[in-house]
Amino acid sequence: MDEKKRLPVFLERSSYRRRRARDASRVLPVLSLFLFAYPGLWALDGENGIVLSDALYFLFAVWCIAIIVAAILSRYLSEPVIGEHELSDLKAGE
Amino acid sequence: MLNTLIAVSLAYVAALFLVAFYAERLASRGRGAWLRSPIVYTLSLSVYCTAWTFYGAVGSAARAGLEFLAIYMGPTLVLIGWWWVLRKIVRIGRSQKITSIADLISSRYGKSNSIAVIVTIMAVIGTTPYIALQLQSVTLSFNTFLVESDASSGLYDAQSTAFWVALGLAFFTILFGTRNLDANERHHGVVTAIALEAVVKLVALVAVGVFVVWQVMGGVSETFAAIDASEINMWNRDAGRWTGILFVSAAAFIALPRMFQVMVVEIDDEKHLATASWAFPIYVMLMSLFVVPIAVAGLQMFPNGANPDLFVLTVPLAHGWNSLAMFAFIGGFSAATSMVIVAAIALSTMVSNHVVMPIWLKWSSRDLSVAGDVRQIVLISRRLSIAGILALGYFYLQLTGGGAALAAIGLISFAGVAQFLPAMIGGIFWRAANRHGALLGLITGFSVWAFTLFLPSFGPDALISKEIIEEGLFGLSWLRPNALFGINGLDSLVHALVWSISLNTLVFVLVSLVTFPNPMERLQGAQFVNVYDHSVEASSWSKGRAETEDLLLMSQRIVGANEAQKIFRAESERQGMLGYLPDTTPGFIQRLERELAGSVGAATAHAMIAQIVGRSSVSVDDLMRVADETAQIMEYSSQLEAKSDELARSARQLTEANEKLTNMSVQKDAFLSQISHELRTPMTSIRAFSEILESEGGLTDLDRAKYAGIIHGETLRLTHLLDDLLDLSVLENGQVKLNITQGNVADIIDQAISATHFSKDQLRIARNRADEDFAVTTDIDRLSQVVINLITNAAKYCENDAPQLEISVRSVDELLTLDFIDNGKGVPTALQDEIFEKFSRASDRAAGAGLGLAICREVMANLGGQITYLPGQSGAGFRVTLPAT
Repeated sequence: MDEKKRLPVFLERSSYRRRRARDASRVLPVLSLFLFAYPGLWALDGENGIVLSDALYFLFAVWCIAIIVAAILSRYLSEPVIGEHELSDLKAGE
Repeated sequence: MLNTLIAVSLAYVAALFLVAFYAERLASRGRGAWLRSPIVYTLSLSVYCTAWTFYGAVGSAARAGLEFLAIYMGPTLVLIGWWWVLRKIVRIGRSQKITSIADLISSRYGKSNSIAVIVTIMAVIGTTPYIALQLQSVTLSFNTFLVESDASSGLYDAQSTAFWVALGLAFFTILFGTRNLDANERHHGVVTAIALEAVVKLVALVAVGVFVVWQVMGGVSETFAAIDASEINMWNRDAGRWTGILFVSAAAFIALPRMFQVMVVEIDDEKHLATASWAFPIYVMLMSLFVVPIAVAGLQMFPNGANPDLFVLTVPLAHGWNSLAMFAFIGGFSAATSMVIVAAIALSTMVSNHVVMPIWLKWSSRDLSVAGDVRQIVLISRRLSIAGILALGYFYLQLTGGGAALAAIGLISFAGVAQFLPAMIGGIFWRAANRHGALLGLITGFSVWAFTLFLPSFGPDALISKEIIEEGLFGLSWLRPNALFGINGLDSLVHALVWSISLNTLVFVLVSLVTFPNPMERLQGAQFVNVYDHSVEASSWSKGRAETEDLLLMSQRIVGANEAQKIFRAESERQGMLGYLPDTTPGFIQRLERELAGSVGAATAHAMIAQIVGRSSVSVDDLMRVADETAQIMEYSSQLEAKSDELARSARQLTEANEKLTNMSVQKDAFLSQISHELRTPMTSIRAFSEILESEGGLTDLDRAKYAGIIHGETLRLTHLLDDLLDLSVLENGQVKLNITQGNVADIIDQAISATHFSKDQLRIARNRADEDFAVTTDIDRLSQVVINLITNAAKYCENDAPQLEISVRSVDELLTLDFIDNGKGVPTALQDEIFEKFSRASDRAAGAGLGLAICREVMANLGGQITYLPGQSGAGFRVTLPAT
């Protein structure tokens, strides 16, 4: 990791959080896509007792969780970052 | 009731006008901060939810189960991943003053207008049926009330409803969508009205949903029981189609012209995205929350035949809740109108910026600074475009007659605009993506989409013949629209998506890999991909030829006098000048181009500035100039280097001179002690012998004569030394009197040799008297003094058992040279410079005051010649040169 080469070794807590929020903001849509597409896979099973309301419960639950996580992340992501800082942060965070 | 409905609708429309007008007024006065709040932004994104989703979602749920959810979940995925893609698009949109999706793509690929035109045409083809669909939904919903109230008069027939709605929308859109040519291309009035409509349609749908769940069904648990019992439970379980819809709706959310308009062009602050990232998913979730219950209720109530698309209206109506139904109608009306308004604005911007303006520019090749009001022309072309687009939608509806084919157009349209995705995403993340790749990719994807999805959607023999659909293009079975390259059994949407997007992407990538972008594309590519890196600045304009006043005149015609003057004034201040006419630096022209691009699009702004500035892109000349600058810098630095070399040389010379001075000072000290010694020695003996002569008696005459002789000799030595010093002093001061006579060199040397009268053992002189026969006009005595001196020196200092001096005389180029070369050790290199200085002696071997060579040098200088040391000989060598006569 880049962090190891940098001084000081550990980032300030807030910028560490911000970077992990960026990581999470990339993971979130991918994970959500998988979960949203998941009911499509149930179809392969055929008759296994899953009814429409189960699918509705599942999809809306996933939806709610995704929204809540997005709302939490947006607080970290929208914190003002100044100019070049942002660039170096981005580079270091990746 | 119908009249009430019309009255309510008109009142609602009037309210919209008022809201838009009020918002516009507030914005123009710089007030109304709430107009730019993230909530308004989020609500304006709801143009995604059209009448197709308002009514159609219920219909879709009744027919195909949960499929409608995927259409809402796709945008959710895009928004919760905003940091990745949307943020970058918005940042690019703001920094490049992008006006539409066509503008974005064309800007990225070197401001190529051909790409802009292709994208515009594709957008119009993809959106027109969609506008028709909105008009149809208003007509259908209106007709529902028509049937209910049995007022089947000719005034309220379906066609005229669509016509009046289209006309009213055109009027509204023109009024608020082309009110001004804002440099930022923002329409606060429209956006505020859209936000209001967003609230209305959400509340309407939720109201119907609440009514259905708690009034019709009797509670939440009953509702779920009814859902599981209904036929929707047999939902179409096609994982491919489900994923395909997720993908295509996500893609459309970014690429739909109307979404691009509200999401990127109308955004006030990038931070709004952070709020919208969770707020808009909540909005669409609420929109879809009651869809299934309404569908189930509708299916229960109307088991056979009724149009499920209208359940939102017919369910409340059937229960006698007319006001709720009317509210639902207004909700659907809102959904339809907001979509049409924004789509018309977005499309008219594209059509006027990328089709009309370039044609107008080409057609009127006059000088822009004296041509007519461009601003007016842009506005007129926009208004005409809006009217044209709505007319197109209306006629489309008339021609196809509505029906199921039109209802299916929603996803087909999504798949069409999804073709922009590879060029767009590739453009912002991949620098090597180029114009050719984007153009061919777009054309490929669009053709495949049209052939496999769009054209067949109208049914056999409508736009393409039945034979082609069943047997393939040119009778080739692997070119069947529903089974391209032999892939059978796929859902037609998935089939079309897979082929169009993959071929589009493949062509885009491959062509980009094998072709080469022009410099403009490369600059723009770098700016897009590295948009967060603010230091990247493409300079595309060369200084000089642009006339500031012409630019000001042109800018005034595009963005208006006040705005243009503000831009120019600001630039003047930036350059530290007064007035409105700053220097046309490349940076300024570039900034100005951006401002103009905000009004007429990048490609047009670029072309207009090119007409005045005269240079339209990064040319070889520009690159050459950059190279020239580099060369100049290099030349300058080499000059500096030369200068510093010179300085170093001077410093070295100074150091040498200093060393010489120090050396001479040391020698002078040495000479002083030497001369003291020289003077003291004869003085001591003179004093001693004179005391003896004075005091001692009994000296023989012989002794007396001997002592007197010594005293005399010493006195002569002293006199000689003093003579030399005096002579040198005279010579140095130039006070010497020369006695110029004719003579012969051989005679002079003869005379000198006889004057020195050394024996053969002391010094053997080698000369060829015959070669010395040169006449010379000079001070003969002085010259022979030099020769005597040199001969004496050779005798004194030549360190050889058989000392020999070779004298050779030559006449070269009007110069007479006399070389005196002995066979001794010579003078060490370090001392060669100094031997001609006064008091300098090369060795301590023989006594001498060290004045001989100094005198020689002065004599020769007075005679107009010189004496130099001749290095590289068998021994010490001296060369005397003097002008030949």
